[in-house]
Amino acid sequence: MQSELYTIPSIDWSLVMPFIVVVITGVIGLLIEMFRPKQNNNAIVLVSLAGLAGAFALLIPQLGVTTTTTFAGMVLRDQFGVLLQLIIVAGAFLSLIFSEPYMKQRRIAHGEFYPMALWATSGAMLMVSSDNLLMIFVGLEVLSIALYCLAGLARDEQRSEEAALKYFLLGAFASAFLLYGIAFVYGITGSTSLAVFMETLARAPGINDLTVLFAITLLLVGFGFKTALVPFHQWTPDVYQGAPTNVTAFMSAVSKVAAFGAFARVLEASLPVQEFWMPALIVITILTMTVGNLAALVQKDVKRALGYSSIAHAGYVMVALLAYLQDPAKGSLGTVITYLAIYTFMTIGSFAVLSLTAVNKSEGTRYQDLYGLWNRAPLAAGCLVLFMVSLVGVPPTAGFLGKFQIFQDAMGAGLPLLAIALAINSFVSAYYYLQIVRAVFVDEEGALRVQSAPMNAGLRFALVICAVGVMPILFAPILSQGKQTVTLSKMIESGAFLQRPVASVPLNPEPGEKVEQITPSAPLSTVTGN
Amino acid sequence: MNDFGPILILMAVSGLICTVMVVGSWVLGPKKLTPYKSSPYECGVAPSGEANERFPIKFYLVAILFVLFDIEVVFLWSWLTVFQSAPLDYQIFTGLAMLVYFAFWILGDWYVLKIGALDWDEAASLAPEKYIDSSLPAFDPSTSLTPERVAVNS
Repeated sequence: MQSELYTIPSIDWSLVMPFIVVVITGVIGLLIEMFRPKQNNNAIVLVSLAGLAGAFALLIPQLGVTTTTTFAGMVLRDQFGVLLQLIIVAGAFLSLIFSEPYMKQRRIAHGEFYPMALWATSGAMLMVSSDNLLMIFVGLEVLSIALYCLAGLARDEQRSEEAALKYFLLGAFASAFLLYGIAFVYGITGSTSLAVFMETLARAPGINDLTVLFAITLLLVGFGFKTALVPFHQWTPDVYQGAPTNVTAFMSAVSKVAAFGAFARVLEASLPVQEFWMPALIVITILTMTVGNLAALVQKDVKRALGYSSIAHAGYVMVALLAYLQDPAKGSLGTVITYLAIYTFMTIGSFAVLSLTAVNKSEGTRYQDLYGLWNRAPLAAGCLVLFMVSLVGVPPTAGFLGKFQIFQDAMGAGLPLLAIALAINSFVSAYYYLQIVRAVFVDEEGALRVQSAPMNAGLRFALVICAVGVMPILFAPILSQGKQTVTLSKMIESGAFLQRPVASVPLNPEPGEKVEQITPSAPLSTVTGN
Repeated sequence: MNDFGPILILMAVSGLICTVMVVGSWVLGPKKLTPYKSSPYECGVAPSGEANERFPIKFYLVAILFVLFDIEVVFLWSWLTVFQSAPLDYQIFTGLAMLVYFAFWILGDWYVLKIGALDWDEAASLAPEKYIDSSLPAFDPSTSLTPERVAVNS
């Protein structure tokens, strides 16, 4: 007993090295800011970008390796997690690289931005690389608390303050929901591990247990807030509009990818009681797509419209995720990952272009403020058009490829309703995306009075990367092999991911208690005892 | 229904009782408001000034910093409880982990002191070196663009 209680876990540092690199880079950035407070931020920017590039380089060799856990099962490395971490690090890199000139124009070039963005990135990385609910929660809080501060970075501006306060209050509320759900899970299973949770759910009484339904509902509400699904989306437009544009770019990509990664794991673990949450999530998903797009139609502010657009895109990702959960043979997590990657490039690119509208302490992000951008900054305007076309999902772009794959998955998995809703919504969304494209080309007299910041190297770099990122050719190989390599079912087969052999994790084994053996392939009806 | 059933029932019942009490007194109670009755009670003295005064933000800063110390003690306390009866190798291992934690904590504390967050009379503001760039034009409010543009820091 004594020796078992004080076991020192064996630690494979290579698994957490990218995470550590990002955290330490943040610390170095803060130290630079402490000792050179009156200097410019160039050193911090360089260190931060180098750190993120280093983390990216460390993640790449992990792609091919088998699923393992370390830190006593607290950290999980699988292909799903590594791919999402790559997207997160790339997203953070792209949103940091155009930040400095923008923040100088806004007069908010606080050196603390970089360390906090890096720590938020580390939280996001933690969220997608664990199947323990507590670790997911810690990652979520590290991400969220940093983002609350970043949203209020322009602390002299009322809209930024409003964004920070709203984000903080609603985010804290959502965290409380999530934590309460985790407490229920712990109460049911005696563990915060999702693998144990899944085994418990598969056992009787399963869905007939009110506590289980309570726990899952609370978890769904918590993640619904974080991923901005429709009844829980209210914070998104205000926060996206009020936060500085570089923070919005960071938030829309990094935080969404991380939340979807954790959400996918939680839903995967809840599969034994699928008949409880699947209908609810189908309704939520349709609502998310529809409300997001319809509300975006009437916006007058581009940032706000893109905020609603990100809600709609959360709905599209949900379609892919539900298709996979409904039928892992037809749907694929590869589709989810691919779409998240494409979305990251599209959204960060769009916000990067919008950052040009900040000149001399003021910023205008209404449609009128983009008038004549084509004449002032042809590269940025051209890229914006490309991103909008990709966000609509017009054929030659990656946005089309991702949406088409989601559509196919949903049809294959027997969710035609979601597929049709997705298609209709794509048509609806074309209207406001094309509004933005139109604004870029308006060449009236008024357009002459609109100013925009001069182009800079960082922004140019971010735009080129994002523009390359929406080229479909990049994702075709991932998608074609996605079904073979990235599905969780493959990992389940190897016994490494969620469904570990039941016998290896005895759940509070009490004397005389009969532990049922579950075969993962058994039909749900026999497992849940319905 | 299992062990958690009673908790749900407790939550439902307490919610119900609170609702009944609040709504009941609001519906049933007589409402005869006089100006004197509706004025706030301040120990019998005639009230003066507004209730929602502005507090210096530094109060909240100190409160937040207090949380930093508070959580540190929570960690220390639970760690020490385990520490005293653990074998040596475990003590060393967790001790090192605690050292890492404290390194971060001290860094945060040091940062707070360094930027003068605890100096009550000094307002920390962004150094002009951070944004003045010879390539940028100087800020001139009269050139602000369309009238509806958000004027920051007016």
